[in-house]
Amino acid sequence: MKYLHLIWAALFRRKTRTILTLVSIVAAFLLFGLLDAVRVSFAEAGQSANGAERLQTGAKLSFIQPLPQSLMTRIATIDGVKEVAHANWFGGAYQDPHNQIFTFAVSDNYLDIYPEVSVDAGEMKAYNDDLNGILAGEVLIKKYGWKIGDKIPLQSQIFPNKEGSKNWSFNLRGVMKAKDDKAFQSQMIILHWKNFDETTPYNRGNVGWYISRVKDVNDADRVAKAIDALSANSDHETKTQTEQAATRNWIKQLANIGLIVTSIMGAVFFTLILLTGNTMMQAVRERTSELAVLKTIGFSNGSVLGMVLAESVLLLLLGGVIGLGLVAVISAGLPAMSGGMITTAAVSWKSWVLGVVLALAIGIVIGALPALRAMRLNIVDALAGR
Amino acid sequence: MGTLVEIRNVSKVYERGKQKVEVLRHIDLDIAQGDFLALMGPSGSGKTTLLNLIGGLDSPTQGQISVGGTRIDNLNQGALAKWRASNVGFIFQFYNLLPMLSAQKNVELPLLLTKLGAAQRKKNAAIALQLVGLADRAGHKPTELSGGQQQRVAIARAIVSDPTLLVCDEPTGDLDRQSAEDVLGLLQTLNRQHGKTIVMVTHDPKAAEYASHTLHLDKGTLVEQAAHA
Ligand SMILES: Nc1ncnc2c1ncn2[C@@H]1O[C@H](COP(=O)(O)OP(=O)(O)OP(=O)(O)O)[C@@H](O)[C@H]1O
Ligand SMILES: [Mg+2]
Repeated sequence: MKYLHLIWAALFRRKTRTILTLVSIVAAFLLFGLLDAVRVSFAEAGQSANGAERLQTGAKLSFIQPLPQSLMTRIATIDGVKEVAHANWFGGAYQDPHNQIFTFAVSDNYLDIYPEVSVDAGEMKAYNDDLNGILAGEVLIKKYGWKIGDKIPLQSQIFPNKEGSKNWSFNLRGVMKAKDDKAFQSQMIILHWKNFDETTPYNRGNVGWYISRVKDVNDADRVAKAIDALSANSDHETKTQTEQAATRNWIKQLANIGLIVTSIMGAVFFTLILLTGNTMMQAVRERTSELAVLKTIGFSNGSVLGMVLAESVLLLLLGGVIGLGLVAVISAGLPAMSGGMITTAAVSWKSWVLGVVLALAIGIVIGALPALRAMRLNIVDALAGR
Repeated sequence: MGTLVEIRNVSKVYERGKQKVEVLRHIDLDIAQGDFLALMGPSGSGKTTLLNLIGGLDSPTQGQISVGGTRIDNLNQGALAKWRASNVGFIFQFYNLLPMLSAQKNVELPLLLTKLGAAQRKKNAAIALQLVGLADRAGHKPTELSGGQQQRVAIARAIVSDPTLLVCDEPTGDLDRQSAEDVLGLLQTLNRQHGKTIVMVTHDPKAAEYASHTLHLDKGTLVEQAAHA
């Protein structure tokens, strides 16, 4: 520790160069922090405990193909199914087509499937009593400043109402509060399927997808097969999977996020190692005679090795912590800026640990060669400038 | 006075590829405790090499060297480093101060290897700086000091851990006449008042006059011995 001022002084011997190097390290770790947050939030999507006991049933061919509503009672009778609900995509935009809000038309028991979402009993009753009522997530309510009882105009992308207009109007009857802020319902609107079905001329008894809750998580596979068996060889064959698998499949269709993130970071850190490694090597080469003086005075080979290694580790840790700190600042601001669409809160402790371990490891990798060089430095030759 | 440095039949051979260069040949030399010895000789005669052996920066190919009763010719690198830290102070032609540290911090460097606490290190370094007449420059970086002042800081660094032996390789080689005289006067004071044994390599006969006697090296052997007053 008493060598710290030596290490620090050596590090900032060339201020501009060190600061530029530091900036590139900060940039790398900023990227790492942001991408890791993305990776983690994708990995965690649909991974709630409740998610494991929910099955989603959609049309096998394409998720936009509807299923008959008659399937509801048949699924309910399958042994192992506790409850089954259904939903349709409504796709609402509020005021401006850019303000897209996830809006589903759902069966009346829909929220029973999601125990992590709570609605005040009085509000729930008001919603159930009003065919044109809706429930909205608390994030939305805050974002748009709605009050219960408001008339909320929503524009559907697809479905016209009885008058042939895609502009619908609903009565806000209650707030969906999520016990876990990852529950997507806090950012969506639900309306009565019955209302939707009776109003739009195009639906007529169709359902977008079914969600069932199983009695026993370990039984989920069997139940899923039994549900699909109901529609085997019909014109509406289904595919049932757990909510987690469904979410993951959906993401996989977009891209393999984990692989992309890992390969981007691999490339970034590889470049960082080459650049910073070269800089460190150069820095040590410039200091040859200073290192020789330290050795002359009596500093051991080991302590010279340690000092150079500590210097590069310190540089990386400094850059890493600043980078991740910036990510923390940015991601603390993101949910507010995006109006809740992005919920990644602060950098997770796992990202911090991974980041710090990476900084340490890269620091050691980068410092190893110059440190060995410094350790092996022959005093007599170095002093004579050989 | 007793003998501090005993050199017996010391040779140093450097190997350049297949070619062997015998830089020092069968040197025998005693340096008394409290001596101020000047080493002169043509370029390439082996002065620096001999000085490095005496200071324990390098080991001889053959022969024995003992300093203060300790055989240093067969010590390994780690043991030599430890030995240097407590027994020898080094002064070079180009001062070799660490450019990013203040004069004070440069002087404190050798004390980092001792058990002294931060406050004591600071105090000892301040005393050493005072001794070389630079107490008021403690906070200055080497670039903010003249050559003569830098060399005096280097001397303070060499004496701060109170070694018995000072080895100086052309300490005035890069200084103007006045600064050179300041530095040489300082070395003389350290020798006479503080009992430091000094071995100094120099090309300058005027500098050698400050020493108590001078030895000449030529092609790796000691050729003549002339005593001063
Ligand atoms: N590490 C080494 N490898 C090979 N040759 C060396 C090495 N060190 C010294 N020599 C050679 O040994 C000889 C003596 O070198 P040394 O530095 O001791 O001379 P010097 O008397 O100090 O000369 P100068 O007055 O120029 O400083 C020179 O010919 C030099 O080239
Ligand atoms: Mg020389």
